[in-house]
Amino acid sequence: MTTENAPVRHAPPADGQPMLRLTDIHSYYGNIHALQGISLDVFPGEIVTLLGANGAGKTTTLRTIHGLLRPKRGAIEFEGKDITGMPAHEHVGVGIGQSPEGRRIFGRMTVMENLQMGAYSRKDKEHLSEDYERVFEFFPRLRERTNQAGGTLSGGEQQMLAIGRALMTRPKLLLLDEPSMGLAPILVEEIFSIMTDINKQGTTILLVEQNALMALGVAQRGYVLQTGRIVQSGPAQDLLNDPEVKRAYLGG
Amino acid sequence: MTGHPTTGPATGGTKPGIRQRLSRAMSPGTAFSARHQSLTTVVTFAAIGILLPVIVLLPPFSGFGTQNDWVGGFADAGIFVLLAIGLNVVVGWAGLLDLGYAAFFAIGSYTYAYGASPFTGLHIPFWFMLPIGAFVAASFGIMLGAPTLRLRGDYLAIVTLGFGEIVPAVFLNASTLTNGTNGIVGLDQPSFGRLFGVGDFGFTNPWPYFVTILGIIAVAFMLLSRLENSRLGRAWVAIREDELAAASMGINTVTTKLLAFAIGASTAGLAGVYSASKLSIVSPDQFNFTVSFTVLAMVVLGGMGNIWGVAAGAFLIFELQSQGLKQLNTFIGGLGLPAFNLGPITVDLATINFLNYQYLLYGLALVLMMLLRPEGLFPSRRRRRELHELPDEAERGNVELSEADEVEL
Ligand SMILES: Nc1ncnc2c1ncn2[C@@H]1O[C@H](COP(=O)(O)OP(=O)(O)O)[C@@H](O)[C@H]1O
Ligand SMILES: [Mg+2]
Repeated sequence: MTTENAPVRHAPPADGQPMLRLTDIHSYYGNIHALQGISLDVFPGEIVTLLGANGAGKTTTLRTIHGLLRPKRGAIEFEGKDITGMPAHEHVGVGIGQSPEGRRIFGRMTVMENLQMGAYSRKDKEHLSEDYERVFEFFPRLRERTNQAGGTLSGGEQQMLAIGRALMTRPKLLLLDEPSMGLAPILVEEIFSIMTDINKQGTTILLVEQNALMALGVAQRGYVLQTGRIVQSGPAQDLLNDPEVKRAYLGG
Repeated sequence: MTGHPTTGPATGGTKPGIRQRLSRAMSPGTAFSARHQSLTTVVTFAAIGILLPVIVLLPPFSGFGTQNDWVGGFADAGIFVLLAIGLNVVVGWAGLLDLGYAAFFAIGSYTYAYGASPFTGLHIPFWFMLPIGAFVAASFGIMLGAPTLRLRGDYLAIVTLGFGEIVPAVFLNASTLTNGTNGIVGLDQPSFGRLFGVGDFGFTNPWPYFVTILGIIAVAFMLLSRLENSRLGRAWVAIREDELAAASMGINTVTTKLLAFAIGASTAGLAGVYSASKLSIVSPDQFNFTVSFTVLAMVVLGGMGNIWGVAAGAFLIFELQSQGLKQLNTFIGGLGLPAFNLGPITVDLATINFLNYQYLLYGLALVLMMLLRPEGLFPSRRRRRELHELPDEAERGNVELSEADEVEL
């Protein structure tokens, strides 16, 4: 595909408008104060990773961004527009796509039908076949299985389908929640490498991961989340070398 | 500045096979196939309309009643066919369990009573009352659905159960407006103006009713089967599978579920108007829980999700109930079996009225069906896939089917 003229690595952006900006977000599940003042930026073209232990609030952050959970306080801006509290189904329209935790593909639909669901709200029908083709080039295994029920795919293939389905919404920003969860290391490598390709073709990515080493390997910047607060942030390289991060998330 | 995807010249190297499959899969309902489908529906119902009255002239059916008896029975069966294909939209397609569907049937019936009876003095023609009844029932569907469709499945079932009880209770107790238990009587009968050469509607002439319900069902079929393959139909499937994922695809889940509810309700409204005009009386006891239950059983036994299966299921069950059980009484009575003792109980099969046991028989049929063939008698392809080809562990991945299994999909 067109990788020659694609943008290479982005330096951490010093200025310019963030694509996504969270300002002091507080989210609750009943009385549980799950997010306690999250602020973060994602700039166009970046891969930004959100790290943290199990239960830190990573999924909650994505749910809040995606409108599945309404923050009690704080603001979410996308391309300069306030989208706080915008319902989930309107996110596709502004250009935010999601591959949710646990993949949540439509198990009883075929692979092709799953991808069609991704294109459900697309207005630009003329680009559709181009985009199906793009998904199949990223994930050739899906091409071989267009008529297979999604639920009968292997875990890795389901993850590919979840990402492919999100790509069919033609997102400017792709939210990925633990794409490596439960996958064999070789598949994790494959998914991460494809993720880099997707980013190089111009899709900005906010990546939630527990696998900090892999995530910091592909991301330009990262945030570390601990019990609902951001405790560390910076360029991926700095986080990789940070003794605190090393101890807590990199097993050394 | 924005990170919009640059797609690149990707289409050049497409293999023809994929391309074909893509275009076929991407445009499931072309104008041609939709028209083709409607034509099939019309022809099928015309054939049914001619064949059914002919079949009953042959033994053994001819022995069970006159042709007019049979045709009158078919005209009643049609009410349940209509109810079943309407409930199928809600339960089979959108996956919402509605236990109070008879409420919308009641609302359609009372709408006709208000629009065409001496009770109000209005005499709006039956043909205008059909869309009005559908509209009124749909409005109540939306009124009930709007606050409750946010509820998860089991809660929704309880709310609809309550609604199904409340509506007849209101018709019963608001007696100044509804005549209470006695109901509203003397409803107008429809009139063709002697079109079609089937004579006029009347208690002794079932033919016009038969032709009318056949026509209503055929039109409902055409509209509903188009919906199934439409954008809305696909949204229903997505919601049935995973509401959260559906929302992430840009589906407004509340509106989509509401539409299923409203369309289901409007079909019941049609059935209500027709049924009221045929009986010429509406009263609250016509709409108790057993109606909701019977229609739901028809949908489940017929094959949830498959409109033809559901219709066939409703027809068969209705006929078994109204004719089959009666014949069973006559048949067993005629065998002259002696009474026998089961412990302290004396059983005399000759005097048992099997009609009294119809709900017991429904229950048995449902239990057996769930054990032996949970997808129903005539399942939709998707349902079958849901119930047979997808073991639970496969939902989370890691299960590969053999090549042979994949072909089926
Ligand atoms: N649906 C829920 N109801 C109540 N509490 C929840 C729910 N989902 C998550 N939580 C709680 O919120 C916190 C953050 O969870 P989550 O965002 O899922 O963490 P992570 O994705 O980082 O593992 C945890 O303490 C978790 O127990
Ligand atoms: Mg999580």
